[in-house]
Formats: sequence, structure tokens, C-alpha cells
Amino acid sequence: MSKNLQVKVWRGKEAGDFVSYEVPRHESQTVLDVVTHIQRHLEPSLAYRFACRVGMCGSCAMTVNGQARWTCRTHVAKVASNDQLEIAPLSHLPVIKDLVTDMREFFDKWHRAQGYFQGSRSRHDEFAAVKPDSAERRAANAGIECIGCGVCYASCDVVSWRPDYLGPAALNRSWTLINDVRDTQQQDRMRAVAGDAGCHSCHTTGSCTERCPKHISPTAAIAGLKRVTARAAVRGKL
Amino acid sequence: MTESTLSLAIAQARRWYWQRISAMVLAICALIHLAGMIWAVRGGLSAAEILGRTQGNWGFASFYALFVLACAIHVPIGLHNVLTEWTALSEQTSLRLSRLFGLFLLFFGLRAVFAVVAP
Repeated sequence: MSKNLQVKVWRGKEAGDFVSYEVPRHESQTVLDVVTHIQRHLEPSLAYRFACRVGMCGSCAMTVNGQARWTCRTHVAKVASNDQLEIAPLSHLPVIKDLVTDMREFFDKWHRAQGYFQGSRSRHDEFAAVKPDSAERRAANAGIECIGCGVCYASCDVVSWRPDYLGPAALNRSWTLINDVRDTQQQDRMRAVAGDAGCHSCHTTGSCTERCPKHISPTAAIAGLKRVTARAAVRGKL
Repeated sequence: MTESTLSLAIAQARRWYWQRISAMVLAICALIHLAGMIWAVRGGLSAAEILGRTQGNWGFASFYALFVLACAIHVPIGLHNVLTEWTALSEQTSLRLSRLFGLFLLFFGLRAVFAVVAP
């Protein structure tokens, strides 16, 4: 292990440039540690976003050596090439400053995909009994651990050429809810995710699944959505 | 969601469905077609030999008519998707062009089947 890392960091907004910094190398150092070192010791005006530092909050995703990754759980040893790192903001999202992107569109799309639960029971009713091993619950469980980091969205080719495409995270969330037997807005949700702006323009290239730090498969979720919405459309139930 | 957005989404979802169904038919047809070709050329390839096998063969005619029909459904849907993604054509123009091409495939495909089956 050499003593220093050469780190290029994006500075600016949409227009800007990479600026080089030299950062001391440490054992078990993460990419987020590197960015934090730069901000604390070399460039106090560097803007970046993080919160939990343990892979739970989904706020620290950046483009590291060309690939979207969660930086708090990405070890430098895994991604540095010849002791060099290039750190940029996530793709497909407007840059606010340096490594910080505006994620409003990303989360608005979750809302557009009806990615929120609507039940029919109140606190005065009995609990709904959902069998953990039912097919629906297993399908929902497969995608439920999404932390909303935006890595899949930044890795998706379809998002790059079709700005109205809902994207893997929103569609994955929608699929978990379509498989939630307690939810009461299934018709609206299927309408929201049908068609090319919804799930049907996905090319199944699988970048979202390959890059998801939580090892979720939005590709499988989108395939599920394509099937159920297309069947409903053909049967006149959409 | 407006009415027009919904009807567009429903039409796109339906097209996806028929593209997949026709793909399943095409996959089977292509396998049978390839196997048939390999089997058929063993006796040599001459016009008389081919026509001797196909003329009046309504099983052959039905199979290839189905093959042509599946193509005429599958190809325009994919072509439309390519056109809307790669060009600035509107949804309607792209649909018209691709459907026209589908009709072209249907007509010339069925004509070719008829030509080798008719006595």
C-alpha cells in the first residue's frame, strides 16, 4: 500500500472541472473517508452529502472511478486504480454543488409511481395477517430493503435518454407495494407504472441490479410490473 | 394522470404484451423452421423438389402463415420502439410507419406462402 492517494474531485455545478488532491492512505479507508479528509483538511468549501456512514441512509452515493457507488461502504482498496480515484456527483441528476446532486426528481418519481402505502385499517382494527411465505410477501421482501441512494437511477441507460422514465428505484418500490395485500390503491398504481414512461421502456440491461449496493434486483421488479400491467391492459382492467 | 396519458400507457402496455406473445410463437416457429431446413436440404435443393414438398401441403401453409402473422405483429412493435427512441418522430408517425411495414411483411409473407403451396 503506497502512502498517498491521488484524488480528482469534481468542483462546480453542471459546468466545472476536476481538481486534484493528495490524500494520505490508511488501512480500511473508505471513499467517504477520503472525501471527508479533503473537506476537513484541504478544501473546506467542498460540498458533499452524508449522514449515517454505515450504509443505511442512502445519502452518500457518488460516481467513483466512473461507477455509481455508496461511498461509506466502498473501500478505497476495492476501487482505486494505481492509487488514483476520480470522484464525481451521481449521473442523471442536476448538480447543486461539487458532489451534491438535486434528488427532487428522483424522489418525485417515487411519488408518481405511487410508491407509498395506503391501507384501509386504523389503529382500532385487528392486525392484517400476512403469511411470510406467501408468493406476494416474498416478492415484496425481495425489494423492501432499498435505501433510496440513487445508485440504480444514476446507472440506468434508459433514464439517460428518457427523462420521464420513472427509473429502477421508484419501480422497485412500486412492485413491493403491488405485492402488499393490504394496500388499497393498486389500480392507480398499475396505471401510474404502465407504458413507456413507466416500466415498459426498460431494456433489461440490468445495470441497476449489478450496481445496487443492497443487492436488490430492480430488473426483476420491473419485469414483474411489465407482466401484471400488460396483462391488465389486455384484459381491459387497467 | 390525464385521460390521454392513461390511454397512451394502456396502448403501450398492450403492445408490450403482444410483442412478448408473438416472440414466444416466433421462438417455436424459428426452431421448427431451422430443423425443417436442415432436414429438407438432405435430398438436395431444387425448385422441383421444394415445390413437390410444399404444393398442396396445407399443414406447411398453416405453419408458415402463422410464422408470417407472428412476424407481422412482432416486427412493427419493435420497429416503433426503435423509431421513438432513436429518432425525433412523433408517437403517431412512428406507429403509422411501423404498421405500414407490418402490413408489407404480412402481404409479401402470405404471398410467398401462397406461391409455394398453390397447385
